[in-house]
Amino acid sequence: MRHAFAVRIGPVGFRIGSDWRAPIAHLETLYRDYPKPLDGVPDFTVRLFARRPWRRFLRPSVEIGGDYMLPDAAPLPLRQGLLAAEMAMNLQMALGARRYLLLHASAVERDGRALLMTGISGAGKSTLATLLAAKGWRFMGDEFALLDPATGLIHAFPRLISLKNEAIAAAEAACPDARMGPLMPATPKGDIRHMVPDARAIAAMDVPARPALLVFPRHGFAPEIRSVQPGEAFVRMTQASTNYVALGEAGFRALTGLIGDVSSVAVDYPDGASAIEQVEALWAKL
Amino acid sequence: MHDGPYRAPPEGGLLIAPLDEFTAVYHRASGITHLLTEPAPQILAILGEGALSLGALLDRLARDYELTDGDLTDGDLPDGDLTDGTREALAARLAELVESGLVERA
Repeated sequence: MRHAFAVRIGPVGFRIGSDWRAPIAHLETLYRDYPKPLDGVPDFTVRLFARRPWRRFLRPSVEIGGDYMLPDAAPLPLRQGLLAAEMAMNLQMALGARRYLLLHASAVERDGRALLMTGISGAGKSTLATLLAAKGWRFMGDEFALLDPATGLIHAFPRLISLKNEAIAAAEAACPDARMGPLMPATPKGDIRHMVPDARAIAAMDVPARPALLVFPRHGFAPEIRSVQPGEAFVRMTQASTNYVALGEAGFRALTGLIGDVSSVAVDYPDGASAIEQVEALWAKL
Repeated sequence: MHDGPYRAPPEGGLLIAPLDEFTAVYHRASGITHLLTEPAPQILAILGEGALSLGALLDRLARDYELTDGDLTDGDLPDGDLTDGTREALAARLAELVESGLVERA
């Protein structure tokens, strides 16, 4: 394709090709401190392309393609090209990853142990991981935690942090020195702004961690903590994994192992500061 | 009523992971994960040792796990002969397990 960029995020190498320069320029800037794919060979290829040649120029709209595709994915306007690239990279992971059990969760690490946070969009996965990182935790990822069936360890996938709506201001206040991508208002997912994980997250992205605590956060409720029984946690995590079925027996062993190893807790919280306090208290009791 | 014998899938055909009151069971042949509650995991454990008729399975459940009528019927026991009710209830649980592929009719 006309423009291309390659990057490695955790153990996964990507090559992104584009009909336009702008999305690639954003990726180059925001991922400038990341390594390249191992041996130069990407695991996944992503394409951002114009369906018709004139659509490169006339009301340019970005179609998403790659090794794995959703046939009915709607194109995005070119000003949201960075979002298109990130969505396409996530899609390759969600549909194509086989080496790891993919958990739709954010993850942070302290003392070699990982805290996983999972929930529906808006539960606060990205925000809480960002706030915890600002308090000294190592950021491992805000979208996917990669569970290695062979070892039971969590591998980091610290892609750009995808901040939505009010989470943008919260993250900017907590991390005033962070590098940010362009503000993309009124996307299909609301206002979006990408934040570059801190230098420590990038430097340590090849260091896995032993999972210790699994949190199901819920934003907008009075503070409450409830223990989640293993059976419920198992079911919720099968739903939170994009490739549990595809991994078959390895996925079953990995997930039952994880549920057996960690404490599972539901955390209702009214705001970020309260959530941090609740999580720190839980962690201190482990 | 079908009296079996019933048997579990060939050795290694099931992966069984007790969680709490639920037990996760991975069925290798289909790749499907099942979530079972009492008495299904106990039935699978006993049939894993060898094929049994309905009556023999009932005896083993009563002996090994002290399972009673209520455990098999969720307390919804028909009036009349208790033993017949228990047999019917166990037959119903077995029929569910056969339907799901976790138990086979030998």
